[in-house]
Amino acid sequence: MATNTGEVMLEMRNITKRFPGVLANDSVNFDVRAGEVHTLLGENGAGKSTLMKVLFGLYQPEEGEILLNGTPTKITSPTHAINQRIGMIHQHFMLVPTLTVAENVALGLKSGRRPLTDLKAVARGIADISDEYGLAVDPNVDIWRLSVGERQRVEIIKALYRKAELLVLDEPTAVLTPQEVDELFAILRDMRNSGKGLVFISHKLHEVMALSDRITVLRNGKVTGATTPAESDRSKLASMMVGREVKLAPDKPLVEIGKPRLTISNLSVDGDRGAVAVDGVDLEIRAGEILGIAGVSGNGQRELAEAIAGLRSVKSGSTISIDGKDVAGMDTRDRRNAGLSYVPEERMRDGAIGDFTVAENLILVDHGSDEFSARGMFKFAEIETHCSQLVSDYAVKTPSLETPTSSLSGGNIQKIILARELANEPSVMIASQPTRGVDIGAAEYIHSRLVDARDRGMATMVISEDLDEVLGLADRIAVLCDGKVMDIVPVEGATKEQLGLLMAGVKS
Amino acid sequence: MLEYLEAIFSVAVLASGIRLATPYLLAGLGETVGQRSGVLNLGVDGVMQLSAFFAYWTVLVHENLWLGIGVSVLVGLVMGIIYAIVTVFFEAQQGISGIGIFLFGLGFSDLMFQKNVGTPRFVKSLPDVRIPVLSDLPVLGEALFSHSVVIYGAFLLVPAVAWLLRKTTFGMNVRAVGENPQAADSLGVSAQRTRFIAILIGNVLAGLAGGALVLQLGVFQPNLTQGLGFIAVALVYFGAWRPSGVMVGALLYGLVAASVLQLKALQLIPRSYSDIAAMAPAVLTIAALVILAGRVKAPAALTRPFARH
Repeated sequence: MATNTGEVMLEMRNITKRFPGVLANDSVNFDVRAGEVHTLLGENGAGKSTLMKVLFGLYQPEEGEILLNGTPTKITSPTHAINQRIGMIHQHFMLVPTLTVAENVALGLKSGRRPLTDLKAVARGIADISDEYGLAVDPNVDIWRLSVGERQRVEIIKALYRKAELLVLDEPTAVLTPQEVDELFAILRDMRNSGKGLVFISHKLHEVMALSDRITVLRNGKVTGATTPAESDRSKLASMMVGREVKLAPDKPLVEIGKPRLTISNLSVDGDRGAVAVDGVDLEIRAGEILGIAGVSGNGQRELAEAIAGLRSVKSGSTISIDGKDVAGMDTRDRRNAGLSYVPEERMRDGAIGDFTVAENLILVDHGSDEFSARGMFKFAEIETHCSQLVSDYAVKTPSLETPTSSLSGGNIQKIILARELANEPSVMIASQPTRGVDIGAAEYIHSRLVDARDRGMATMVISEDLDEVLGLADRIAVLCDGKVMDIVPVEGATKEQLGLLMAGVKS
Repeated sequence: MLEYLEAIFSVAVLASGIRLATPYLLAGLGETVGQRSGVLNLGVDGVMQLSAFFAYWTVLVHENLWLGIGVSVLVGLVMGIIYAIVTVFFEAQQGISGIGIFLFGLGFSDLMFQKNVGTPRFVKSLPDVRIPVLSDLPVLGEALFSHSVVIYGAFLLVPAVAWLLRKTTFGMNVRAVGENPQAADSLGVSAQRTRFIAILIGNVLAGLAGGALVLQLGVFQPNLTQGLGFIAVALVYFGAWRPSGVMVGALLYGLVAASVLQLKALQLIPRSYSDIAAMAPAVLTIAALVILAGRVKAPAALTRPFARH
């Protein structure tokens, strides 16, 4: 940990930002010194991004002031923030995929050869930055050809090229492999040691513990605590975030493993661009078992889930069977009747319809069944009883059953999907990224419901890029790399390092 | 069979194909710039009809061809400003706004024609300029180097637009805004301003295309373009959003159209089939679009209005 922190670069004093009906930031104080990593920790909606948008000139606060190197400054726009040497690495990369690295860096800057671009000069500047911080990247390559880790380096280079001294990193590790996270952290420590001030926004507690010099916790728009990694630990941080005791990993009672419920053999699936995405995968999940699928995003997880769910056609020779019944040729309806349920990765695209009400989404699968309709007409009384029960069983926070689903938080939408998918006591569940972008509190709840269903004999596949989640939930872990199963290991004794190597395609 | 081939592969057909391709090329190049910035303009045909009428009327009254060309550009500029305000600042849906522009152009040019001209009268058409030496080359010289200035200009615009998009800061901004306007905005590149200018360029070229069309023919009639502007939009897809691709499409279209005209003129196609033959270019374009579908990707932000959140 760096202790030689320098001058206060940024001071945000009593920042208050209101939106209609919401107090997003309530007299928040936050400061950053040169040469430190100051972490901003909090749940979704705690006010982290509002605070950073205020800093970046995207919002004007109702009250409070911002001091840059001691001088009160009103930041009016992102351009103004950049000119004040503030850089922001957005969670969703702000890159133009069809432009080259150099073009992305040059965007918005005055060219020395106006009206022409001066990409050679930009490429030289990039090379200097690459050398200084070990950020290797070819300036002449189109962004779409780069890996996620490389794209992130381009984002950092973009900020450094604009001479940023204060760098805000909004959940920068969300899409990286454990090894890439290590590389990123090494780069960030270098930058810190060279005197830059870093704001790290994250909800991954072990990363926060590993990287931070100081930690400020936000909850419901207020600062609820300030601490350092030395004075804290993961569960303390979690309870500061949520405001109560939190179990980071669900209690998993020992249950008897039953007969195989989902059997996949020689499964091969094409990806969107025609190349093989899933390559001869064999998996078996038994009753009462959770199989975790670990892997770097884009190594066949999505295609695997979609093939099992019936959303993507499989190549000949592939078999998928549920409780001994071959379902590979069935449509989605028949697969569901055979006992399959599916929590998709893109919850707003594949899992729920945003404009539909909570009740409509809760019966989306069974709306045509005799339970909810008769002669083509809905039975509203039955639907309401059923949905009220689910909403209270799953602690969905919604104003009413008639509320449009898209107005709820990610965690509540995911609870609705899970409630619907578990309602019919399925024999097999495919859960893709079940808690991505979901609050710790809601994630804890979702995990406990998945474990309950497992205890009742459901065979579950949990696909996740979050290794903590996989390690906490799964009984066995299969690692996918390049569409192939690298290995399947029992969770007891599995380590992140071992899984990380497998994820990178290295077989021990 | 041989007589058909002889009729099609002739210098006259090549020359007339190039002439017929020019309005498609001009409008298509303009639409390329607009679409690369993320704005679809289905109003091209309407802009062309308006600019064609006003160019024709100007020449009819003032007997000055260059004034007519100037007016066609001006009409394009005015329509561009209207379309840009509607789609960029009011963030209107581009598809339906463009159709509005088309219907306005179709109706208003007809109305103005009926009120002010009534019966079609010929004006002088754009003179051919023979380029010394080159036009004397055997066979192709006549076909390639004996055209009006507007035609030369249209083909010179192909590398010019490619250069603009590839090499200039403005072109880079256009490409960025068409793919990911949020990213451009986060770096201080105004998506609104970039799109506004790109739309103006597109409409000015559409206006010029209308002027070129009417002043090649030397006469205006209601619905002069007969959907030409829509074909130009399709050619942008055909050409994979590249100026050279749009040129290939425009030439293909012009040459097929010229061949059909030639076959009709030589009465090699029975009268009763001539309407069907006239569909050949359209059928060809549709076929090409189907074959090319999915091979290339449109600008990711095409038709998506940009607003800060």
